[in-house]
Amino acid sequence: MAKFFERNGGLLGTYLLVMVGFWVIVLIILPQLSMLDFSFRYNLPPAQVGTDADVWNISNYHFLLFGAEGNPESYNVVDMSVFLKTLVAALFVTLFDLALCYPLAYYLAQSVSGGFGRVLVLLLIIPYWVNEILRAFAFRIIFGSSGIINATLIGTGIIDEPIDFIRADVALYAGLGYAYILLMIFPIYNAIESLDRNQIEAARDMGAPWWRIHWRVVIPFAKPGITSGCTMVFMLTAGALAAPQILGGPSSLWFTQIIYQWFNTGGNWPRGSAYAVVLLLTCIVFVLAMMRLFKIKMGEIGK
Amino acid sequence: MSAGVGVELDNVWIRFGNFIAVREANVNIAGGEFFSFLGPSGCGKTTILRAVSGFLEPSDGNVRIGGRDMAGIGPNQRPTALIFQNLALFPLMKVWENIAFSMEVRGVASAERRKRAEELLELIALPGQGDKMVSELSGGQRQRVAIARALCAQPDVLLLDEPLSALDLKLRQHMRTELRSIQKQVGITFIYITHDQGEALTMSDNVAVMRAGVIDQIADGQTIYDDPSTSFVASFVGENNMFRGTVKKLTKDAAVVATDAGELDARIASSVKGELKSGDDAMVFIRPEAFGVAEAGARGKGRIKAMVENEEFEGQSYHVFLNGPGDTHIKMSLVNTGRTSGSAVGDNLTIAYDTKQAVVLPAGELASE
Repeated sequence: MAKFFERNGGLLGTYLLVMVGFWVIVLIILPQLSMLDFSFRYNLPPAQVGTDADVWNISNYHFLLFGAEGNPESYNVVDMSVFLKTLVAALFVTLFDLALCYPLAYYLAQSVSGGFGRVLVLLLIIPYWVNEILRAFAFRIIFGSSGIINATLIGTGIIDEPIDFIRADVALYAGLGYAYILLMIFPIYNAIESLDRNQIEAARDMGAPWWRIHWRVVIPFAKPGITSGCTMVFMLTAGALAAPQILGGPSSLWFTQIIYQWFNTGGNWPRGSAYAVVLLLTCIVFVLAMMRLFKIKMGEIGK
Repeated sequence: MSAGVGVELDNVWIRFGNFIAVREANVNIAGGEFFSFLGPSGCGKTTILRAVSGFLEPSDGNVRIGGRDMAGIGPNQRPTALIFQNLALFPLMKVWENIAFSMEVRGVASAERRKRAEELLELIALPGQGDKMVSELSGGQRQRVAIARALCAQPDVLLLDEPLSALDLKLRQHMRTELRSIQKQVGITFIYITHDQGEALTMSDNVAVMRAGVIDQIADGQTIYDDPSTSFVASFVGENNMFRGTVKKLTKDAAVVATDAGELDARIASSVKGELKSGDDAMVFIRPEAFGVAEAGARGKGRIKAMVENEEFEGQSYHVFLNGPGDTHIKMSLVNTGRTSGSAVGDNLTIAYDTKQAVVLPAGELASE
């Protein structure tokens, strides 16, 4: 500790410590703890908060699992199925992004050089200068019944009636897939960029076809980047709100939308908190399980 | 292992845009030969290697391996294996997986691959180390694993791109001997790229000396050293004292050249015999070790009077730096026989050389220091 101050000086050292402490405690630990605390409380009118009625209980979690009292089903069918659907859809979006971004990242990292590569990277980034909600609306317009896709399809005579991409959830998955693409590309790009080109040539020299070069040399090397990208995309997609709100079809519901309803229209913060805690923990467990499956250590992701 | 297969470069040109990397290369490498391309960095030797391995196609001319034209055949289809300058071992595979990668590509069963890898580990004197990761090995061991990996592909021709340059001096010298003995054991053609003339001379049957895309001379090591074909080869391979002047007298094999250091007698290099004319701009090259101290006042051919400027002691020899007539700088190397060099800074000496060990060449480009 004394060394730390010696190296950075008293003023800067204190500043660094205070900011790191602020980040960890105020921005990470306290909000999560208060959410956790909320999730174990009844939704009481303000007058009763802090009275004898305000005790810790698991009624909110019970509600997510089994629904309201008198529910004819044996568990909360609506919320649980939305929950599962959200996780599966997030997984699907993650895999889709991976399939899309790996070749892109490989091309950027190994095949293009200099100016053209920088232009491509810029083209990737520029759309993200636009607000997330505006981007979602742009997708809604593109996929709308008179949008450019339907117009093109009708114009070329492939279809007669416009396809309802919104109702079919095509717009939703496209929007979600696009929303976090950068978080997939850049970790993979960084990993592949540090791969020695000679290793690819060595594998080729020994007779390996392109797919084996990727399977045995490039992908193992890029694994930390792939994991990092998949983790972020999965977490953020499962927790996305804007895209499902704007692009979701009338029958589709994202779990975050249910959480949002509990907090906002439902006015039941404790229940919303419980739902949010369940989503967060499930995502963490899921990601850890995946990492275990693919034999990746936590430290590699932080790289 | 397959017996030696020859490699021919037939009038090979390689251009990158306007830049000519290799100019009219004609090389004939016999099967089972240890052949080196020697030259300073940027002379095109690695480019030639890439053309042989198939990573690039010559702009003109043909590469033939075992008599077969290689045009349009990719690196994964050629009977060559390349050892990269930085080795390019796969860091995420175990040592044995690295070695047996080419068999994995061919779909050989794991047990058989493992067995073959163990045999090769035996050959490179690393028995039982197959389960280690590459990062656990030392530089010299990695070097040997790279060789084993290349040999496992059972190539007809092994291509080596300065593979020893990253090793320290002792290890490099050791690996030279080892490479040579591995080559003798497996009996395949080795093509070796280096800028280190010591490596080229000690290991090779034949050496091609390259300068700016051009092959100046192809010969065995001793010929390259004793009978260089151009001024570049004379100055690049080993150390040489160069005296510039004009040809004054000519006989069939020898010439007298008028230089700043006086008139010097020397043998005409074989490559320019019959071409050199009286009055030509010429260079006389005399190796430092060709000089010796003559008795004071001795007369005759091959004598230069000079003053000792500096002396260096390098273990096996003394290097004496002299200032000769016309302010020429001369380096003389004397073998350390246990006595002192017998001269001191400021002494005036008469030094002598055997005129057969001095070579006359037409004036030309020199290797930059």
